[in-house]
Amino acid sequence: MASNQHVKLFGTVRSPFVKRAEIALKLKGVEYEYVEESLSNKSDDLLKYNPVHKKVPVLLHNDKPVCESLVIVEYVDEAWTGYPILPSDPYHRAQARFWSKFIDDKVFPAAFKAAWNPNEKERDKGAEEAREALQILENKLKGKFFNGDSIGLVDLAALYIAFWLPLIQEAGGLDLYSGEKYPKLEKWGHEILNHPVVKGVLPPRDNVLAIYKTRFQNISASK
Amino acid sequence: MATQEVVLLDSRCSMFAMRARIALAEKGIEYEGKEQNLADKGPELLQMNPIHKKVPVLVHNGKPICESLIIVQYIDEVWKDQGNPLLPSDPYDRAQARFWADFVDKKVADASSKVWTKKGEELEAGKKDFIAALKQLEEVLGDKPYFGGEVFGYVDLVLIPFYSWFYAYETCGSFKTEEHCPKFIEWAKRCMQRETVAKSLPDPKEVYEIVLILRKRFGVD
Repeated sequence: MASNQHVKLFGTVRSPFVKRAEIALKLKGVEYEYVEESLSNKSDDLLKYNPVHKKVPVLLHNDKPVCESLVIVEYVDEAWTGYPILPSDPYHRAQARFWSKFIDDKVFPAAFKAAWNPNEKERDKGAEEAREALQILENKLKGKFFNGDSIGLVDLAALYIAFWLPLIQEAGGLDLYSGEKYPKLEKWGHEILNHPVVKGVLPPRDNVLAIYKTRFQNISASK
Repeated sequence: MATQEVVLLDSRCSMFAMRARIALAEKGIEYEGKEQNLADKGPELLQMNPIHKKVPVLVHNGKPICESLIIVQYIDEVWKDQGNPLLPSDPYDRAQARFWADFVDKKVADASSKVWTKKGEELEAGKKDFIAALKQLEEVLGDKPYFGGEVFGYVDLVLIPFYSWFYAYETCGSFKTEEHCPKFIEWAKRCMQRETVAKSLPDPKEVYEIVLILRKRFGVD
């Protein structure tokens, strides 16, 4: 690849979506400059490079922006050689895309609803939906990782379940996930959290837990 | 290529299924289309798409592929040496195409469904969001004939099926898209001149009849 490349990643330190992009770049051995954004005070650059959604992550490659975490991961896979993040076979690629989309469409919204919806009935509904989605993933998981022996697109997408979900659960006293109910996901969680690249990008666990706890406290306090 | 079995679990008026139909036509792939009864889903659909139970489902040599955008990309990759390319070849252009396809699914699909399923304030909000999304897309289109540039491409394919529903949206919502987004309508008419698109989209009046039935069933009318 050309050596005159400038790669910049706009992110926030605790975002699971940003971590997808970071892990993808590190798996490919790409050197990049990281810019920490404040979501309550978005930089002019962020608004310029992602005017449509104004969100992180944004990847800037030779001054050209790529937005949306899964789009970024596929872009990184195609723009740089080396580690294959998606499978090469079209059918398996389709499966990888399907399951990443499933995680974004079914796991995240349900978990957010379960944690943050102001209505208790909606929170219960969210918890039920989250558990259903997790069971489907539990049933689907066959090998060491969703991608087989090495991590791939779906593992990056599902990382939320291994790291953030248990923390939000602990902080909020939720009932979404348990190692007993989902033994394969539990095992996968251990494997992926100990993956050298993943380990290197995750924020400190206590940090994230404290932030979630504060958020839940603020909600109870304002009631 | 060895004999292939290509089946599409289809539904005439589904804009998502239309995407698959256009893609197959663009590649000149022969397939068996099986119209599904979405009010009474058959065993084949439930077996091939147990997670979402939706159309379209592409079944290629017995193996199912679900979700319209994923199906279109699959078709483009499997039949890459045949017919017209659907996604651009440059990784950056591909990323942009994927971004805007995602935008269509996030912004156009949601807002447009409100326009025919809601009333009062919710309908007005849906109309506003729908027009805003189309205006954003007009900006992206700019002076190009297609979102793909000079040639019909992925984003065009992903978006044009909604056009077959415009008559229904406009009638239910009492508005004319052309008054707000004339460039968009110009682009849509250009796409409709393409044979693969024209033969893959149902007549808007046919869609409207279905919409009326669904509105009654959902208790909107």
